[in-house]
Amino acid sequence: MPPPGLAHAHAPPHLKDGPGPGSPEAAALDATWRDPPGLLGWLAAVNHKAIARRFIVTTFCFFVAGGLLAFVMRLQLARPGARLVGPDLYNQLFTMHGSTMMFLFAVPVMQAVAVYLLPLMLGTRSVAFPRLNAFAYWIFLFGGLMLYAVFALGAAPDVGWFSYVPLAGPDYSPGKRTDFWAQMITFTELSALLEAIVVITTVFKLRAPGMALNRIPLFAWAMLVTAFMVLFAMPAVMLASTTLITDRLVGTHFYNPAEGGDAVLWQHLFWFFGHPEVYLIFLPGLGFLSAIIPTFARRPIFGYTAMVLALIATAFLAFGLWVHHMFAVNLPELGKSFFTAASMLIAIPSAVQIFCWIATLCSGRLDFKTPLLFALGFFFILVLGGLTGIMLASVPLDLQVHDSYFVVAHLHYVLIGGAVFPLFGAFYYWYPKITGRLMSERLGRWNFWLFFVGFNVTFFPMHLLGLRGMPRRVYTYQAGLGWDTLNLVATLGSWIIALSALLFVVNALRSLRRGAPAGPNPWGAGTLEWATESPPPPCNFHAIPVVHGRDPLWEPPRAAADGGPPPFTHVGGLAAHTRELLATTVLDARPDLRVNFPDPTIWPLVSALAVTVLFIGSIFTPWAVVWGSIPIAIALTAWFWPRRAETAVHLRLEQGP
Amino acid sequence: MDALHDVLAPFGPQAGHVHALWMLTLAVCTVVFAAVLAALLVALLRAKRAGAESAPDLSSLGRPEPGRRRSVIAAVAASTLLLLALIAASIFTDRALARLSTDGALRLEVTAHQWWWEVRYVEPQVADSFMTANEIHVPTGRPVIVTLKADDVIHSFWVPSLAGKKDLIPGRTATLNFRADRDGIYRGQCAEFCGSQHALMAFFVLAEPPERYAAWAAAQRRTAGEPAEGQPLRGREIFMRSSCAMCHAIDGTSAQAVRGPNLTHLASRGTLAAGSLANTPEDLRRWIADPQQVKPGTYMPATRLSSEDMDALVGYLQTLR
Repeated sequence: MPPPGLAHAHAPPHLKDGPGPGSPEAAALDATWRDPPGLLGWLAAVNHKAIARRFIVTTFCFFVAGGLLAFVMRLQLARPGARLVGPDLYNQLFTMHGSTMMFLFAVPVMQAVAVYLLPLMLGTRSVAFPRLNAFAYWIFLFGGLMLYAVFALGAAPDVGWFSYVPLAGPDYSPGKRTDFWAQMITFTELSALLEAIVVITTVFKLRAPGMALNRIPLFAWAMLVTAFMVLFAMPAVMLASTTLITDRLVGTHFYNPAEGGDAVLWQHLFWFFGHPEVYLIFLPGLGFLSAIIPTFARRPIFGYTAMVLALIATAFLAFGLWVHHMFAVNLPELGKSFFTAASMLIAIPSAVQIFCWIATLCSGRLDFKTPLLFALGFFFILVLGGLTGIMLASVPLDLQVHDSYFVVAHLHYVLIGGAVFPLFGAFYYWYPKITGRLMSERLGRWNFWLFFVGFNVTFFPMHLLGLRGMPRRVYTYQAGLGWDTLNLVATLGSWIIALSALLFVVNALRSLRRGAPAGPNPWGAGTLEWATESPPPPCNFHAIPVVHGRDPLWEPPRAAADGGPPPFTHVGGLAAHTRELLATTVLDARPDLRVNFPDPTIWPLVSALAVTVLFIGSIFTPWAVVWGSIPIAIALTAWFWPRRAETAVHLRLEQGP
Repeated sequence: MDALHDVLAPFGPQAGHVHALWMLTLAVCTVVFAAVLAALLVALLRAKRAGAESAPDLSSLGRPEPGRRRSVIAAVAASTLLLLALIAASIFTDRALARLSTDGALRLEVTAHQWWWEVRYVEPQVADSFMTANEIHVPTGRPVIVTLKADDVIHSFWVPSLAGKKDLIPGRTATLNFRADRDGIYRGQCAEFCGSQHALMAFFVLAEPPERYAAWAAAQRRTAGEPAEGQPLRGREIFMRSSCAMCHAIDGTSAQAVRGPNLTHLASRGTLAAGSLANTPEDLRRWIADPQQVKPGTYMPATRLSSEDMDALVGYLQTLR
């Protein structure tokens, strides 16, 4: 099938990239990298910016949906014995809230932002494997839509985002609810794994020449480390959810103690994924801060090498703490002490980064814009959440507050403080790059302060509730237990958060049309994404930049002292009429290869639909795995089927040794 | 029932050790939190102001910043030492918890069900053992060894004022030791999500002077007496021929089912349905007539009885002291 609007049909083959905007070369490049027009073209899009925009908007919609679910829960808990929602709906609400925020928002939104930013930050024109990237987005979208479709039908999962067996097993959760949950995991984890491959390959192979591994932006480092963590963490939960679904569907007994299975096995598998998951969410947040803080402190980051090592250390330690979610299980006490030590020591790399940021701020000249406010909010909230995390790492303390509202408070301090505040800062920071317009500073400040105050009013009282014995995941509580006032305060706080989120949406939508034009570099930042126009042209850069330092825009190449030839600022010579890219070496980013990238095609979407049919069908019959694999095989074959015209273009560009 | 359930108000050695560790950890964490925020505040106040148009300060490039480096290293070293201290404190507390003397301990077996607690008092003489539900009487000052089991899904046994929690997992047995050092009623609640009625799965630990405990235990060992003629006797007939006897046991009668709580001494308990209702005749009627109204999802079916029959049944159950 000829792809709609193939660009190389128009551009003459002799044009090479290099000249700036306005030149015929630049026009040809833009035409080459632009996604085809029309609805079919929209569905066939592979440009990383188009896919990432959809991805970001989709994850944000899930964030709002998950937030609304939480809002209803807070209304129910505002007073004792409320009858606004019953136990069945409440249990669906908290399951959907947790699953949405963890699987449909926190991890994918970071990957989505990375897919947008990494090629721009690294000075290239695309992510690696652009079709795979599109496929990962569609899979994610269909998985999320499936979950919300069953919620709308009143059959949402109701056994928690952690789905502990035997409660989630066939005996205690009959029906299909938990199967939908397990397949949602399969969808989102597949998407996350594919995106991890995309991120790792992009960071390793597609950097601009000169951007050696010790010069890449810290956000790229954070995403690289996160992507490796995904590769090791996600298989555990896919194994867990698959064995759960076979227990439920075809009568295996992995988790049935009566038949030799083990309920605790589920907990090990789930938390072997579940704890690294927290850091999958947290590390990109740290990456955002390392981008925002230097820009608004007007100086390069202090302690770059220490920051990178801290990220890597966090990733390693994150795989050694999962048992602290299971301290109440009767496991050997000495073994638990090991996990106490590991859980506490992971605070050290975080401390290194926090102190380095404070040193950066201390010696900088500060520009208090909204992104910096959100970064500063991080310090208050995350440090508090980190300290309650140290309490939870201790076995005796954990046995008292585990599964109480204290943990609810802790995890929201860590995840909202560690990921959502930096993410909001990142939205304000990169919004002008993505849309070409600045968001309103005034609304931004209101947004920040309402969020900050509302957050603390909502979640701080939960520490006290937990200490006073209130367990988690209760749809109601009786009057007279000493929990009434604190719950009411928490609910009032949730109104403030809702108002602040509304302000954010208003600001983002209004600024699309009315925001002040941003220009290429509104914040005076130093990384490469600010070198190109806002919004970036389809090809990102008309000439691939050559990098001479960690903050390329702040460190222009200096002429050699001995009066030698001037240093390169750009490289040129890639074909403008086809999607040709420069691949560089992993360590030093020396030019290595010219790679031909694939054109837009509808087949990733078709493949994703075929996979969706198999995944959803297998909830109802194991035979779906057999028959569903046929359309997948057909779609994948079409996806990879070589096209004569494209091959001819690539062959003409090939140079023999 | 007015009962204590507060981690910060310990009434036994186990909760006491944790409370001491809590105070230490809270103090250390508060100091660290204040120090980090103070450092941040000083940094923000000391730093100059600038705008986006001002040129970045590149003086740090290619030049080490020894002062700042020393500060960061010192701060990281201090954090590490404090963390090591907290790890040590945590391990010592763990040891203290494990050292609770169990000489002459009372032995209990608690089995959690969706959504109530079955309690068996295990005595050396089998004939002295007895069953109850949702209420655990213990003699003050005597250690208690609780064997924890579950026969459906995972639950967790938590009495904040007495000890940390422990999960009850099908296919596994766990134990929990505690001691109550002051007379009182301590509230506990299931802490692991266990389905629809996880929220209404409370229980109570009543610590009493040893002689009162002994009297209570002696009463619990007795089987139900023969009801008086008239209403109570009719109530027992209704119990035996309606669905009640399909799930509940009353020792000394032909009702011997184990699906629901043992009712031999129902009237001696303070609450109904795992702490959901006070044990009054009105609430008992309400509970029997329409349990789903009180505890949606409970496995207890509604029992439709005429008003007189219900009076008789409730009257009989009131005699089970």
